Formats: sequence, C-alpha cells, structure tokens
Amino acid sequence: MYDITSVYQAKSVDDAIAALTADPQAVVIAGGTDVLIKIREGKLAGCRLVSIHGLTQELAGVTLAENGDVEIGPLTTFRGCTESPVIQKTVPVLGEAADTAGGPQLRAAGTLGGNLCNGITSADTASTQLAFGAILRVRGPQGVREVPISEWYQGVGKVALAHDELLVKIVIPQSHYRGWSGHYIKYAMRNAMDIATLGVSCLVKLTADKRGVEDLRLAFGVAGPVPMRCLETEQAMVGLPVEEAAEKIGPSALGEVQPRDSWRASRAFRLQLVEELSKRAFVEAVRKGGGAL
Amino acid sequence: MEILKCTVNGRPAELGVDPRESLADTLRERLGLTSVKKGCEVGECGACTVLVDGVAIDSCIYLAVWAQGKSILTVEGLRDPDTGELSDIQKAFVEEAAVQCGFCTPGIIMSAVEIVGSGKQYTREELRKLISGHLCRCTGYENILNAVERAVNTAHGFVGKES
Amino acid sequence: MEVGKSAIRVDAADKVSGGAKYTDDLIPRPHLVAKLLHADIANGVVRAIHTQEAARLPGVVKIVTCFDVPDIQYPTPGHPWSTETAHQDVSDRKLLETRVRYYGDDIAAVVAEDEVSAQRALKAIRVEYEEYEPLLTTQAATAEGARPIHDERPNNVLASMDLRTPMPESDFKTVEDVLACPAYHQFEGHYQTQMVQHCHIEPAVSYAYMEGGKIVVVSSTQIPHIVRRVCGQALGIPWGDIRVIKPYIGGGFGNKQEVLYEPLNAFLTRAVGGRCVKLELTREEVFQNTRSRHAISFDVKAAVDGDGNLMARWVKAVSNQGSYASHGHAIVANAVTGFRQLYLDQLGCHAEACTVYTNLPAPGAMRGYGIPQGDFAGECMMEDIARKFGLDPYEFRLRNIMPLGYVDPFNGITCHSTGLRECMEKGAEFIHWKELREKYQNQTGPVRRGVGMAVFSYKTGVWPISLETASARMVLNQDGSVQLQLGATEIGQGGDTVFSQMAAESIGFPLERVHIVSFQDTDTAPFDTGAYASRQTYVTGMAIKQTGEIFREKLLRYASEMLERPTAELDVRNGEIVDAATGEQVLRMYDLAQESFYSFRRTEHIAAESTHQCKDNTFAFGACFAEVEVDIPLGKVKVLRVVNVHDSGKLINPKLAEAQVHGGMSMGLGYALSEEMKFDAKGRLLNGNLLDYKLPTAMDQPDLTALFVETDDPTGPFGNKALGEPPAIPVAPAVRNAVLHATGVAVNDLPLSPQKLVEKFTQAGLIHNGR
Repeated sequence: MYDITSVYQAKSVDDAIAALTADPQAVVIAGGTDVLIKIREGKLAGCRLVSIHGLTQELAGVTLAENGDVEIGPLTTFRGCTESPVIQKTVPVLGEAADTAGGPQLRAAGTLGGNLCNGITSADTASTQLAFGAILRVRGPQGVREVPISEWYQGVGKVALAHDELLVKIVIPQSHYRGWSGHYIKYAMRNAMDIATLGVSCLVKLTADKRGVEDLRLAFGVAGPVPMRCLETEQAMVGLPVEEAAEKIGPSALGEVQPRDSWRASRAFRLQLVEELSKRAFVEAVRKGGGAL
Repeated sequence: MEILKCTVNGRPAELGVDPRESLADTLRERLGLTSVKKGCEVGECGACTVLVDGVAIDSCIYLAVWAQGKSILTVEGLRDPDTGELSDIQKAFVEEAAVQCGFCTPGIIMSAVEIVGSGKQYTREELRKLISGHLCRCTGYENILNAVERAVNTAHGFVGKES
Repeated sequence: MEVGKSAIRVDAADKVSGGAKYTDDLIPRPHLVAKLLHADIANGVVRAIHTQEAARLPGVVKIVTCFDVPDIQYPTPGHPWSTETAHQDVSDRKLLETRVRYYGDDIAAVVAEDEVSAQRALKAIRVEYEEYEPLLTTQAATAEGARPIHDERPNNVLASMDLRTPMPESDFKTVEDVLACPAYHQFEGHYQTQMVQHCHIEPAVSYAYMEGGKIVVVSSTQIPHIVRRVCGQALGIPWGDIRVIKPYIGGGFGNKQEVLYEPLNAFLTRAVGGRCVKLELTREEVFQNTRSRHAISFDVKAAVDGDGNLMARWVKAVSNQGSYASHGHAIVANAVTGFRQLYLDQLGCHAEACTVYTNLPAPGAMRGYGIPQGDFAGECMMEDIARKFGLDPYEFRLRNIMPLGYVDPFNGITCHSTGLRECMEKGAEFIHWKELREKYQNQTGPVRRGVGMAVFSYKTGVWPISLETASARMVLNQDGSVQLQLGATEIGQGGDTVFSQMAAESIGFPLERVHIVSFQDTDTAPFDTGAYASRQTYVTGMAIKQTGEIFREKLLRYASEMLERPTAELDVRNGEIVDAATGEQVLRMYDLAQESFYSFRRTEHIAAESTHQCKDNTFAFGACFAEVEVDIPLGKVKVLRVVNVHDSGKLINPKLAEAQVHGGMSMGLGYALSEEMKFDAKGRLLNGNLLDYKLPTAMDQPDLTALFVETDDPTGPFGNKALGEPPAIPVAPAVRNAVLHATGVAVNDLPLSPQKLVEKFTQAGLIHNGR
C-alpha cells in the first residue's frame, strides 16, 4: 500500500494537462517504475498522482513519419522500443540501449518518456537520444513546443518541462540518423538489474570508403550530473582515419567529462571507463557501419 | 474505494480496491493469491511477477487501478482447471529440482509462461537474460535455467531430439 | 533403497502452484501492523522520545518506546542453550534500546491499523539524542580511550582466544621459533574479508497474537524451539507461555538462525491486548537490522620446508562484531580453527582471534559460519606461498591436507573419512588444470585468462563445542502410512525430502507412504534445535534412523501378534510385512493398521518417538576450480567455468545435493566479485537494497558444475556428512587465485570489485594512462 492521497487517471492528454493545471502539486505517473519507488522511499509520500498510464492510444508506439523522422510516443516502454521494427530499422542502437535497462519486467513497464523526464544522468536511453539530437515535443495549456534535447537537461533531476506540460513525442529527424551507425555500452556492476556506472553512446558516420570518420557523436551518462555530449571530441574526430580516431577518442573525451566521486564509483575509476569505453563503443559503431578495425 | 473489473486467472473479477494498493497487494490481500510474493516492493527481486495481458511485470510497482479491464495471470491459474494437473512448465520446475525455498519460484514460473508462450526457441544466454529480472539465492539459477529450457523444448516437441 | 535416490522434493508441487504457505500468507486479515523507529545516529543515547503527535494520528493503536520495555538483556543467536552460565550466549540486547549502538538501532515501535498509518506515525515521532563519535572499525573501537559500546566490555573486546597446538619433540619450543628459523621458507600475509548479507528473498517476518493466555508467534525462522526460549527470556515469562509456529520459509542462510524480531513482536501483541500484530521488515531493514557475514582481518605467517611441507603457521584474526554479540566470538573462533584444521603443520600452529564491538549493524551466522573467511585467508596464503617459493599450488596443497584419522588436539573432532584428494583430482580433471595452468602462463594483452583452485574442510554440526540433540516422532496412520514429525526445519534446502527418505529407509517403507509435517509448532513438534551448522541430515538423521528402527520393531511386534509368528521371522519391506526369509508378503500394512486402530481384540496406536544425542562429528571436504577471463582495462572478471567437487559422504538425494551446491557456488561468486555492504563515515548503510547490493543475477555467472566424491562416513547415519553450507566456502579464494594466475596481481581483500581491480592493475602497471 502506497502513501498516496489520490490517483487521477487521465482520460486524454488534454485531460491530464487540465488536471496538472488544476493541481500545482500533482505528480505525473506513467510506467510507475520510478515514481512509485520515490513514494515508498517517502520522498513523494502523500502525493496526488495524475496517471497517464492508460493513455497508450495517444502516447505509446513508434512510427515512421512520412518525412522519414522516427516518432516515439513517450509511453513506449523500453521493451516496446527494443521490439519496434521502426527502431530496429532506423536507430537500432536506441533499441539496444533500451534493452540494457533493469530487467525484463522493468523494461515492460518503464517508459522512454519517463527515462527522459526524470532527468537522471544514468538513464540508459538518454545518452543515445542525446547523441541523435532528438527533438522533444512538449504540450501544455498554451499548446505545443519543441525542445532540442541539448536544451532539455537543466540540472540534476531537472528538465525543461513545466509542471503543466507533458512530453508527447520524441522525434529523431531522419537527417540525424540516416547514414549513421551507433553503439551503446552500459558499464555496470552486474549484467542485469543495475544502474549504469557509466553509459557511453557513440554514433559514427563513415566516409564512403568506410575508412574515415565523416562525423561523430559521443554521449555519456554518469560522466557528469546530467547526460552529456563531448562536442570537442566529436569535432576533433571528424576527418580522421578510423584507426587514429580509435586511439584518440578516449583521451580526448577525458578532457570533457566531469564524473564525480561517489560511494558507487570513484572519479578516477569512471575516468578510466570513459577512456576505455569511448574507444570500444567507437570501434563497435564503426564495425556496425561496415568499417573495419 | 474504486471498483476494479478485470480477469484473474481466466475468471472475471469485480472487486473494490483502495487506489493506494499495488496490484500485488490486491492479488494477495483481496483475492488470496498468495503465490504473488513480496521480496523488495521496488521491482528489484521479481518475486511478485504476474502476467498482465500476457506480459510479465512486477506487480509491486503496478497500481491495482491500472489493471482495469486487463487479464491477470498468477501461478494459481496454471493448473489444469478440470484435473488439477500441473502445467508442463510447473512440471519442468518440479522435475529439474529447480525449486528450493520456493519464494522466487512463482514469479519465475510466470516469466517462463511468457517465454514459452512466445513460441520461440532461445539460447541459454538468451534465457539468462529473460529471467534476469528475478533474484534467487538458493539455486544459482542453474536448475531454473534447465527447467525453463525443458519447458521451452516440451512446448516445441524437441525433447529428446537434437534441436 | 529410498536413501540415495534423487526423489522429487516433497514440497515441490505446492511450491510451483502457490499452495505452499509462508508466514505472510497465513496471517489472519485484518491485522495490526508494527513498524520500527530506527535511530539516525550510530552511537549515543536516547534522551527523550516525543510521541504525542504521532499517537494522535488516525489509525495509530499503540506506540512503545525504548523507555517502555522490560529491563532485560537477552541473547539472540540460534545456539542450543547451556545450563552452565559460563557457556551461555552473551545477553546484550533489549527489545528496544535507549543506548544507540548502530545507525538504525531500534528505539521505538508503532502499532497501527495499517502500514501507511504506521509510517506516518514514525515520521511524526521526535527523538532527542546525546550523540557520540561512531566507532566503525576494530581499530577505532579498541583505541586508547574509546568509549565502551557495552558497559560489560569496557575495552570493546567481546572475547579473544589464543590456541597453540602441542608441539612434538624438536629443537623448537614455539611456533614463533619455527617461523623465525632461516632454514625454512618464511611467508607473511594479510587478508581481509568484507561484510555481506544473506539476501534470502523472503524478508524477515513474523506475526503474533494471544490465545488461551499464551503468546503465539508465527515466524519465518530456522530455529522455532530456540525462538520460543528466547521470547520467554526476553519477556521474562515462562517459556511454555510462548508457542512458535514455523511455516515454509523463503530462505534463511543463517540469518534466521537468529532470534530477530520475534520477542518484540510477542511483546507488542501483549501490549495491544493480544490482537494480531504483524512485524515484517522491509528489504532495507533486512539489510540494516538483521545479521550479515562478519568482516574479518587475518594476519598470517608460515614456515615451509624445501619439500613443500608446512612446518608451522600462525594466524591472528580480528572480527568486527558490530553493535551486538549475536553469535559473537564463535564465528571467528571457527574461522581460525578451520584455517588450522584443513592442513597439518609438521610442528605446530598458533591461532589467535579476537572479536570487537563496533558501531556497525551486528553480523551473525551466515552459511559457512566463519569458514568462508578463514578459508579465503588460508587458501590465498597457500597459493601465495606456492607462487613465492616456486611450488605447484595443487601439489603443495595435496602434500599438506588433513590426513585420514586426524584428531583435533583441542576438541577431538576426528577425520573419519576423507575424499579430499579425490575431490581435487576430479576438479582438476574437469577444469583441465595442468593444461590451462601451462597455457595461461606469460600472457600479454588487455584480456587474460587464468585458472585457480581452493579446498576446504568443514565439520558436521556443533558437537563438542555445543550440544547436539534431536528428536523424531513417527505415528502410524489408519491406512498404513506413517506420519513423520520433527523439530528440524525445512528452510528450502530440501530437509523435508531427505528426512522422509531417511524415515522410509529406516522403517522399510516406500517414500510415498511417509507423510512429513513440514510446519513446526513448538506445542506439538518434537524438540530439535533447528537448521544450522549443516547438522540436520547428520544429527536429526540419527534421530530419524533410531526412531525408524523402534517404529519398525513396534510394527513387527504387532504383526507377530496378529500372525502368531515370532518377530524374528518377519520384516518390513516396501511398506508391507514380509517373511524375512523368503521376502514373501505375509500381511498388508493396511490391514495391520486397521487392526491396530479398530481391533476389538487389542488396539495399539503405533508410534515411536526418540531422542538422539549426538556425541560425534566428522569432516566434510571439497574443492573449487575456476577458470576466469579478466578484462584488465575495465576491471571485469568473467568466470568462464567453475566446478565444486564435494565429499559430503553418502548423498541422501543426489539431485537435491547438486542443487544445493549450485546455490552455494552462486553465493560464493557474489562473495568473490561483487557483494559488499558499504557504510558512510556516520555508520549509515549505503547500499541496503537489492539494486545497490550486487548479488548475482542469472546473467552474472556461467553454468555451475557440481560433482561429488561419495565417501561412506562411519559416523553418519547413512554415511552422510555436512553439505548445506560447504558449497559457499571455496569459491571466492578459487576465483581470486585464478585472477592471480591470469594477471599476476594478488588481490588480498574481498570482493574483487571492478574499481578495486582497476586500482590494483594500475598500480601493477597493467593499465597505463596519462592521468
């Protein structure tokens, strides 16, 4: 039994927004794998919930827009993402990243939207969405606005979402994924049921001969207070032969990350992981893109 | 209190629930389905796993009111309703000595029901991943994997044959 | 023969179908709920608790604080009681404490109509403390001027021991003389183990109510009869006024070989007029407020001659006992004793051990009872000696292992049977020891492989350190089947199944005619101290065998009356009365039973009950071999293959024995690589949940192989010896030794966690970086 004051089950996105507008203290709940745990911990005890759990018609599922953009409903579960034929065809690395979260039951309940809206740095799908430069479509009483994911994270647990707004779509534009291959590595203490000690997502666009880096994206979870990209490293790798990039990407990334010391892992240890895993993720991304290393 | 209408173990159910209840609470406390175990209440151990519309979820972090109109299956619903005979999956767990203290068992069996029901064949590594949402301290998962493998093979008629 | 068969578990069908009932499944609904208020300091005194506001909240029935409980200190470990004061367990705990000794200590309890009301009340209670500096390490607790954690132990040393084996005639007077002799290879080492938790999946839970003037406690416990005694002691009431019922339990591993919250639960039901009160711990409380495995620090020295004979060893072990005595010094005493017993020193062994109170949660019994720690130190030491002096680690061990006929000079425990050499051979063959030791030498590159091994010995039960006694009862049913009742407990290990097999064997019945009563109710179950020390198949087994023989005699006597033939001509086979000479059935057991119940001639309700006091002990043995792959830059160890080979004497049920070994191996792998309770500087547990505490999932280990060498132990009731705990013992040192083989880096403290490995590999120059 949870210490909840009330649960309002929204009937539509508009209804949910109206409910949130009417109650400045209400808390949105979607998959429940995060909010319910906070309630049990006492952090949100006694709260009033606005549940969007049932809005799957409006908010779940992955589709390919006519213009080739990948459109992900935020209520799409991790599992739904991994199993989506659209994801597998267009941005398979996102499905692979989603497949590393928690365990099967959690992946059947937790949502991609929740993974972004809770703003945590260890979110397994966040770094890949960051690397893809996803556009987050948000709806509030005033209507719809779009937030580039680069502007989404505003601090630990804080995202660019007002109290009365809902994330209604995650868009990965075709231009952001076509011609790219990617690889995500979750480093954790266990191979399941764990949170990332470090998450690395590397996307690469190879030159026509598959020997050079035409463009690159490198994003991390847990290398800083929020998911982050290494923009300088991305720039520095452009134009390099893949062999050279493989050697340089790790040391370069070290200059950009700010992991912290915590009881879970030391800064020094995380730095070692950044260096080593940047390379490994890059090598695997190149391999997936048809390159050889 | 709210009225929850759903199907539980193949039978329609209509009952009053407190909106604060987890589905695990409702199944245990109101319906007496005590196979649904609570080991952590935060979705980390998998002991409370049930199928909701055929999908294995942790019922401890699933609000009961979300089950409106859905179909729920627990281990109590697996025996043959007429003869009381154990299902093939349950038999596999019995025969492979996959059961020790038994506390994680019903949850893992429910994941196995989904796995077997998928109609697919799996490698042992894939099965490890598919049951990785369950913690067991007695078995080292060894005989559990054997049982799930056997159940999958039984369902596909591969027992005794090279697959 | 029923013994030796891989019979299906008697409880399996119930456990796969939801029919098996555990404590929380049985509680009458509705009931009251108790929740505990835990101190948020690690060391200090509660000066005042303000409960007025909390008491007014809706749903709150009763609040009891540390100022309201009896001024009685009681012992909590699941040891048999001793009538001699000197041998009684340390009584150092009250139901609730004003003297806060660890972060999370229990200082008040709320009883409410439901959980949410109880939680809200806890939040509304205000506490005033006088706070002291937390003493978290044994060094801090024993430093000059350290404040006593218990007044009875002003120096915070719970107990210490110093044992020197008698030395044979030689030029050396003491072990220290041998260790200083330049003619021998001299070795010194330091090894350290960590605190880990049992992680039974069912949390600690009980409920209590009053009936007929007595307090009934239903609890998930390994030791119902001991719980009854301790509840009586804690409340200061006659033990017979307590009735304890033990249903199925969702794992124990030693944590439930402890009286946890049953006494407080009994107290709380009485405080609310006997209404039913449930006291279930959350997972976080299970971590913080129940027992764990002791962290023990070992310093060792050894002298070895040129042929690889162990001449002498010295070990000093310091055990961090945390805030309460629990099983206390018995654990580290066992650790150093096991360290000593496994190998025979040519000249002598000197073992020192000391147990220190600190302000951490109190460890207690956990599968292996000190031996996993002592074996880690001992088997790392053997490996390191072999490496340092160019000995083959396998041969070096073999040369020095405990010989058949060994008699411990202190407690007289004798090696009645040993298959250790054969275990080593079998394990080495499985893993391809020689080939891989050779193959994996001198590797380079970031990913390297290695193989390692470790061996162990483990005694069976607690005699003569403590009492060993068990009773069994058998009652003939009207249909010619038998009811088997024990005080010994099924805790998931398969006890009920092997007990039934033993009973069937000793009476001459088929297994399906034995009906075991799984639940223990101290009002009706025979006495037995419970499930611990891998004792039940041995000690309870003797009681079953003896009772079965009595029962069989009674059946034969009654049959003899019915058939008017001498008993000597009759026998019980496959559940029927047969002619002993021809084996021909002469009377159906069904008819015998019907006659015995309903005869106008002479009824007799055939039953047998007897007590066996076991005054023997014997060593079980085994070996673990592991092959690992170490990803050096990531600090990751992947166990590729692992095998445990056990000599547990004759196996009662090979399939269940194998399953038992798998579980222990998994626990051992977690101990080796990932599990560790972590605390902050205030003594607060940081990772007390199943996400942050890393017990292995199915994806974290390879297939586990369990093999056996079946010796026939002359003291075991059916040739059997300890099995339950041993599988968890040798895995961690085997993995550590394999990592050493792969990388050349000796990690001397557990666990071999990735961060630690990266640090060690960096120090060793295996990881180069510019930072």
